Amino acid sequence: MSETATPVTGGRKSRKELSRAVIRFAGDSGDGMQLTGEQFTTESAWAGNDLATLPNFPAEIRAPAGTLFGVSSFQLQFGSQRVYTPGDRLDCLVAMNPAALKVHLSDLKPGGLLIVNTAAYEKRNLDKAGYAQNPLDDPALAERYRLHKVDMSGLTHEAIKDLPLNTKEKDRTKNFFALGLVSWIYTRPLEPTLDWIGKKFAKNPQFAEANTRVLKAGHAFGETAEFFEESYGIAPAEMAPGLYRAMTGNRALAWGLLAAAQRSQLTVVYGAYPITPASSVLEELAMHKRFRIRTIQAEDEIAAVTAAIGASFGGAIGVTCSSGPGIALKGEGIGLAVTAELPLVILNIQRAGPSTGMPTKTEQADLMQALYGRNSESPIVVLAPATPGDCFYVAYEAVRIALKYMVPVMVLSDGFLANGSEPWLIPDPATLPPIDVTFRTEKEGFFPYLRDPATLARPWVRPGTPGLEHRIGGIEKQDVTGNISYDPENHDHMVRTRAEKVRRVAQEIPPTSINGPATGDVLVVGWGGTYGAITAAVERAQADGKSVASIHLRHLNPLPPDLGHLLREYRKVLVPEINSGQLVRVLRAEYLVDAVGFNRVRGLPLASEDIYDAVIQLGSQK
Amino acid sequence: MSPTGAGAAATPKYTKKDFESDQDVRWCPGCGDYAILSAIQKSMPDLGIPKENIVFISGIGCSSRFPYYMNTYGFHTIHGRAPALATGLKVARPDLKIFVVTGDGDGLSIGGNHMLHVLRRNVDVTVLLFNNRIYGLTKGQYSPTSELGKVTKSTPLGSADRPVNPLAFALGCGATFVGRTVDRNIPHMDEMLKRAAAHRGTAFLEILQNCNVYNDLAWNVLYDKESKVLHELRLEHGKPLLFGPPDARQAVIMQGVTPKVVDAKGVAESALWIHDEKNVNAAKLLADLFAPDFPVPIGVLEDIAAPIYENVLIDQEQHALSDRGPGDIAKLLTSGDTWKISSEGG
Repeated sequence: MSETATPVTGGRKSRKELSRAVIRFAGDSGDGMQLTGEQFTTESAWAGNDLATLPNFPAEIRAPAGTLFGVSSFQLQFGSQRVYTPGDRLDCLVAMNPAALKVHLSDLKPGGLLIVNTAAYEKRNLDKAGYAQNPLDDPALAERYRLHKVDMSGLTHEAIKDLPLNTKEKDRTKNFFALGLVSWIYTRPLEPTLDWIGKKFAKNPQFAEANTRVLKAGHAFGETAEFFEESYGIAPAEMAPGLYRAMTGNRALAWGLLAAAQRSQLTVVYGAYPITPASSVLEELAMHKRFRIRTIQAEDEIAAVTAAIGASFGGAIGVTCSSGPGIALKGEGIGLAVTAELPLVILNIQRAGPSTGMPTKTEQADLMQALYGRNSESPIVVLAPATPGDCFYVAYEAVRIALKYMVPVMVLSDGFLANGSEPWLIPDPATLPPIDVTFRTEKEGFFPYLRDPATLARPWVRPGTPGLEHRIGGIEKQDVTGNISYDPENHDHMVRTRAEKVRRVAQEIPPTSINGPATGDVLVVGWGGTYGAITAAVERAQADGKSVASIHLRHLNPLPPDLGHLLREYRKVLVPEINSGQLVRVLRAEYLVDAVGFNRVRGLPLASEDIYDAVIQLGSQK
Repeated sequence: MSPTGAGAAATPKYTKKDFESDQDVRWCPGCGDYAILSAIQKSMPDLGIPKENIVFISGIGCSSRFPYYMNTYGFHTIHGRAPALATGLKVARPDLKIFVVTGDGDGLSIGGNHMLHVLRRNVDVTVLLFNNRIYGLTKGQYSPTSELGKVTKSTPLGSADRPVNPLAFALGCGATFVGRTVDRNIPHMDEMLKRAAAHRGTAFLEILQNCNVYNDLAWNVLYDKESKVLHELRLEHGKPLLFGPPDARQAVIMQGVTPKVVDAKGVAESALWIHDEKNVNAAKLLADLFAPDFPVPIGVLEDIAAPIYENVLIDQEQHALSDRGPGDIAKLLTSGDTWKISSEGG
């Protein structure tokens, strides 16, 4: 906790003003930690704080209770200043059972607030977590941390003992005791959660009553219990004025597609096969039948991409979505869209691999797959959003480019962006760039592979247009006529033309914005979901007086035209990535610069502390 | 707008020639595909659909060259994926009349999964499966419909896997129209093409086709004059299952739950098996009949109505639109929990 203000005395207990705090709720996957974290997030957004979240849960739907691998957690950082990441080290850990304590304790800062539900620290759970003795009895724990032992289960049952619910149902509300307590500690408003309870349990007043009482009981416990000597306030952040909402990356992708459909007046046909962490995009789109969206839950990943290509052939916006393993299966289909020169948007919500890997954990190791992961010369456009809210703009931009250049565009999101949320300034859709589509209807002089001189795009013809009947396919074709061709010179020409078409998308890229001095010691270059961690690290180094700047790439193919020049304005170039060095390879190959990677592949977002250390270390080198 | 409806008023008078493209046809001389191409081109004017509303989609294989030779819209896609691509196209454009042209390898091996799902979804497309029981384009390996023990380049000691029966497969997938015809029986092929194209939902038509280079006369049972007379069983709705030469007619009847061949003369009229295209269970039994122990049925095994995938999707969409009107992205963005930060610094 950054304690910047002096204690404020209010009532019986004092209140300390903080600039930011990092909290993690951790418990069994049946303990409702995701919901608790989401509600705390909403409360913090209401309080006007900037924030970033990190949900982290097991792949098993109902992992065995009490086990280490069944631990589910939700972390958020909130503050009165710009918050770029969910935070590295914890100011407060709520550990609902021994397994959660075991998994997460090492992330808690010394002196941090540790709140445990003592009722869960009984022999069976201790055994499952591998504790020979109850860790709460170890005096070292209370010396190292500000430990608060609370019988949350007992207090929960006490608060609702007269309600006609069974023991299991009563026990299930204890997460709201924790929420009430932590809400008191950090002076969060309870209204949003009370609202939520009212709506969620509108048809079940007993559950509404139970959750309300337990939430308030937790809050009151903080107020009255002797050992919580103080609470904390965090002033609203200075954020751009306007209307905000919480936005997750996957919802933003879905809504970006809807915005593009409305703007272009075309229908999106979305082919997808369920896969973690991409499925929620399909689920989100399937709810919006009043928009120009038709969703197909295909029989497999291959059908999903080919159905999207079929839709594009028909004059709709074909979109498919998956995660790495599914993208691998789609490779042949994407190649077909490359040679058929049809628009196609492919969303890749990256996860830890290879193979099945760790489906619920994040990674950004599919960049090479996006750039090169198809047979032969199959260039496509690759974009990457930087934050959950940015997913909206990138999805929209992907459609715009795909239609304008008649080319496949892949969007590289990741599990962290997909599930993470941020306060998002709601844009006016009218301010988004136009998406103008003209279908060819003119018979005179028509050939399927005629080219627009500026974009090299071929004409898009809707089947049903009289006089323009034509055939396309995966076999190499003669430029202009589209007839099958095995001519060596023509093939060489077509390979170059398809590459040049993708290269020309560089015309769409705005000048690269630099966070920091235009020339200096270290330039940090990032892409995708590491934006927050990099920015926080770079701004900290700048505050320390270091000559450091950062660039975050949204366009990975083609790269921004001014990038090569910018890289040479700094003594050192650092490229932090959650992979073993992919963008850094591209930059070295493309620009012959001695860029250095900073790589951690742990299934977790990069820690900004670690990036900071790497920046300082690289800057100190000759 | 339905494909047939669209055509009713404005369709020009076409001839076969209007459906011939300017591309050189590149199948081996003597290939059965030539007869099928000609029959399909000839059947097109009878559809009564403007040719710009017709699309041929294919995968990979000899049969899949087909779209290049049709002067309609066409897409020669990738191996096995034509049904999936056609599904996406039909969802985007239910107004189009779509044909999927495939073969035994493309449709039942690499694309078997997509074939299963297009059939069970009952997407409104016409699937023409050219079955020659061999891989032609890759030069003569055995296919999923090749008989057990088939000696080919990739199986010098004979294939070890039992063949799939396309008709039984289609019926098992819940197909709503299943038929069979033969490349050397032009009038029958004409009739079957018409029937398949007229069906609403997925029509599955197996066309027994000769590969004279790698598997010549695989269907000789229906090519050879004498054999054909003995073995061809014409299926006609409402008619009994009778076959064989006029002086020695035979009947297929049911004995318990098992089909049996008997001398037609000895069968009472009430004991005859009357073909009923609406009877799915009977179609499943018919699908398994084959020479030498049984006749080889050709014709429509089954023709039933069932909900059509894209129609269900579009109905849901229409309901949502009539209930609440078209969606508006500006409204969606500001729906649910939002909060305002004022310019005074929140």
